[in-house]
Amino acid sequence: MALLEVTDLTTRFYTDDGIVQAVNGVSWHLDEGETLAIVGESGCGKSVSVLSILRLIPQPPGKIEAGQVMFEGRDLMKLSDDEMRSIRGNKMAMVFQDPMTSLNPVLTINQQISEALTLHMGMNKKEARERTVELLKLVQIPQAEDRLDDYPHQFSGGMRQRAMIAMALSCNPQILVADEPTTALDVTIQAQIIELVKQLRDEIGMAIIWITHDLGIVAGIADRVVVMYAGFIIESADVKELYADPRHPYTVGLLGSVPRLDMKKKEKLTPIFGLPPDLIDLPTGCPFAPRCDHRVERCSEHPELRTVAPRHEVACWVDISKERKQ
Amino acid sequence: MSAENNVLLEVKNLKMYFPIKRGVFQRRVGDVKAVDDLSFFIRRGETFGLVGESGSGKTTVGRCILQLYRPTGGSVVFEGKDLTQMKGSQLRAMRREMQMIFQDPYASLNPRMTVGSIVGEPLEVHGIARGKQKRERVQELLKVVGLNPYFVNRYPHEFSGGQRQRIGVARALALNPSLIVADEPISALDVSIQAQIINMLEDLQSELGLTYLFIAHDLSVVRHISDRIAVMYLGKIFEIADKDELYRNPLQPYTQSLLSAVPIPDPVVEETRKRIILVGDLPSPANPPIGCNFVTRCPVKMDVCEGQEPEFKEVSTDHWVACWRVN
Repeated sequence: MALLEVTDLTTRFYTDDGIVQAVNGVSWHLDEGETLAIVGESGCGKSVSVLSILRLIPQPPGKIEAGQVMFEGRDLMKLSDDEMRSIRGNKMAMVFQDPMTSLNPVLTINQQISEALTLHMGMNKKEARERTVELLKLVQIPQAEDRLDDYPHQFSGGMRQRAMIAMALSCNPQILVADEPTTALDVTIQAQIIELVKQLRDEIGMAIIWITHDLGIVAGIADRVVVMYAGFIIESADVKELYADPRHPYTVGLLGSVPRLDMKKKEKLTPIFGLPPDLIDLPTGCPFAPRCDHRVERCSEHPELRTVAPRHEVACWVDISKERKQ
Repeated sequence: MSAENNVLLEVKNLKMYFPIKRGVFQRRVGDVKAVDDLSFFIRRGETFGLVGESGSGKTTVGRCILQLYRPTGGSVVFEGKDLTQMKGSQLRAMRREMQMIFQDPYASLNPRMTVGSIVGEPLEVHGIARGKQKRERVQELLKVVGLNPYFVNRYPHEFSGGQRQRIGVARALALNPSLIVADEPISALDVSIQAQIINMLEDLQSELGLTYLFIAHDLSVVRHISDRIAVMYLGKIFEIADKDELYRNPLQPYTQSLLSAVPIPDPVVEETRKRIILVGDLPSPANPPIGCNFVTRCPVKMDVCEGQEPEFKEVSTDHWVACWRVN
């Protein structure tokens, strides 16, 4: 049984310019111990869909219009704010993109990590302090005892993200939500953090939702991938299946847009022409149709996800893998 | 470094120190050595990639070349003339030949100017075209970068990130420069738009015979677009080589770890890849280590690395390295 089951989630933002259709009826699940990557470009709804699940959407202007999120037999959308607060940071923890803005600059690292421990685990200050040292050691911060009372500005970017991860892990969460956690970091530091998360995942056995735009990171960390475009899921599959046999023209376009470090000889990139649609004024049919090379008449109707192989779903009227073989 | 006659730009022993001032009298108490004694050259018509992590000094190098910063020491020889010795109108005339594309297409275009006046401004400043002639040239430039020429009267906020970057490229091309310094031109853009801009830069290069200094942190992109690549770390160049040579035969331990840290979009390859994970962070350029700048994080350091700086040497044709393990 799935650990987390999202059904028909729809989130909109009511702005002065119009209604932004950020997430449009997405359904996916997360199995126990699994790493699920949600991939897409800016504005595709990957962050908003996960923030909606954690009920962190500012309301107004945002509004979760519909959807069910089942976790441990309960629908998170129906919980009271207090009940939700006991899950957030406890059973589901989050690591954000920018470690500088997500840490409080006027509190020490110890104060920030201890807060979750005293709040959710009922520890006293001394116990929380000891546990904080353990956690900082777990995320490999050197001289953890001495760095405990430092303020965030005394940490480097990589160390701040480690502290964020320590905070997220403090209550032994079942699900870690990581929203572009390495985008603000340098490659060598990114490699450190990814290695750390993989190691912790194998030790602790938590499930991870990893949101990113970087197809390289996905290839290294995910078990299963969900590709989003304009607030819709357009394809989902196990990671190897997706890279070996992408079935949606957008997924193919994304893969063709990134140069590979290990390329044998130089090939021209094959970008996707045009721009993503305006979420206030979405086309009625397939949202990708205006940019698609494989467009047919039927694309003016909205395609639903259909299963094309075991655990592989795609929302496209055209069978591009057949075209590829011809 | 080289006496070849197809060299467009030669940088020799370039240094850029920013003073650290303290106290009431703003006494100089030290220097941030953003760029410390580096030399390289760029051949006519090639793309020279400069990679490094944040704080490595790669942007400072670009700015020193264009004399947007006046270097503390060393020379920047462009078309046989040393730019560091030039001033005023002489320098302004040289700037026609070299233009810059910036990282952030939102910050690098004046929001109160129309596209026409942004792209046309260099033409006016350098007294090349006015009025109707200017307007025609601007429209032609917009066409070259794949924008609709009727956009001249629009403002930057009406455009997407990728389109704005195209406007920035049109402005850089306005004066027919021979060298373009592109400082992280695609890192603020989405993946599918990045590929559009990379392809456009490549097409423009072959049409107009441009020379690029391409500054970026993403090694996959740099390998894709460049002919030769220089790897920077803490104000120094550690290695310069042809892009394929650098990928197949990296000699400096930092280059090796950088290559191993770049994710490859292929789960089958990633499964079996071995990574060299560096410990720690980049040291402060105000207080660099003694000896080799990489000594604090190097996985294979020796005693000599902590005492003396390795010399930057050519170990095989066109392959330059600074490392005691190699020398």
